Amino acid sequence: MTPTYYLLLSALLFSIGAVGVLVRRNAIVVFMCIELMLNAVNLTLVTFARINGSLSGQIMAFFVMVVAAAEVVVGLAIIMSIFRARRSTSVDDANLLKY
Amino acid sequence: MIHEAALFAQAASDTVNKVGAGETIIFWILGPIALAGALGMLFSRNAVHSALWLVLTMFSLGVFYMIEQAPFLGFVQIIVYTGAIMMLFLFVLMMVGRESSDSVVEVLRGQRLWGGILGVGVAGLFIGIVSQSLVDVTSSNLNGPNGTNGGNVANIGRSLFTDFLFPFELTSALLITAAVGAIVLAYTGKSDRRGRKTQRELVAMRFRGEYSRPSPLPGPGVFATANSVATPALLPDGSVAPESLSELIDSVPISEFAHDLEVSTGTEHHADAHALTQSTSDSDEEVSHS
Repeated sequence: MTPTYYLLLSALLFSIGAVGVLVRRNAIVVFMCIELMLNAVNLTLVTFARINGSLSGQIMAFFVMVVAAAEVVVGLAIIMSIFRARRSTSVDDANLLKY
Repeated sequence: MIHEAALFAQAASDTVNKVGAGETIIFWILGPIALAGALGMLFSRNAVHSALWLVLTMFSLGVFYMIEQAPFLGFVQIIVYTGAIMMLFLFVLMMVGRESSDSVVEVLRGQRLWGGILGVGVAGLFIGIVSQSLVDVTSSNLNGPNGTNGGNVANIGRSLFTDFLFPFELTSALLITAAVGAIVLAYTGKSDRRGRKTQRELVAMRFRGEYSRPSPLPGPGVFATANSVATPALLPDGSVAPESLSELIDSVPISEFAHDLEVSTGTEHHADAHALTQSTSDSDEEVSHS
């Protein structure tokens, strides 16, 4: 077995996350799918760090985690305020900018 | 002896470039579990179940980081992702209501189908590229960076504060901005009067008949000989206003002012044969029921 298998697993996880973003209608679940995509990218970065024998990939994954944490905080606050205004977290209900 | 040492060194250099058997076993156990977690997150209707499936995937990824010579990232993954971020998700889920599950209605026709096709296409693309261009990859392991200068954590810290100092400072600005943004977005001021009516609206509603009576309830004792809360208010014809009887004060039973009531209404009982018998208490009960 070579580290390529980790890259294949990461590709599958990323694709599942992308399908979830497209298909699910609950804004919080869409957010979770984005987190899954970020995690898949992190797995790729860690695997490449190991293949190249350098720690830079791990540090990049570390930065991705920091950005993901900030993104989750702001995104969940936005979802909360949308829920307060419209009593719903479905992305279909937030359609004021549609037409 | 020298020959054996050379063989040993050769074997060691061989194992450097290969993935060990233990790691292979862990991969083939945890890889399907991670995939199952992701698929469970995708397919469960309940958002709380989605969050818990995602926790499973993130745990598996944390173990992957650890066996891929990134122990620091593995623990950060478990502590920050499954510990903090997913609990934040669950917190918000419980706040907005657990019933906020997905609607089955497709707003765009065929969206699920096309989303699935695109997902399969993206996965096929990635897997094709990776398995074509990265066959038989030998990894130059991280034994060098992880074994010198205090190990993985110390080397990551050294890199963060020397080579990656500027991005590290930028993340601090990002985190402060995110915290302020979350406060601004989630804050509702104290001046939020939603659901409370002004006094003018209340008066209009009272006289429109949306309440049982336009005026407040009569205060006890205001129109009578005393202003104690234990004495009832009397209506203009001298009868007791039943709304002014306080139900909370049971130390003063209503029967105590039954005599005053009888005097004011002219139904006073004069001495008769039934004064000490059942009929008196019956009339008392009638008063208290009125």
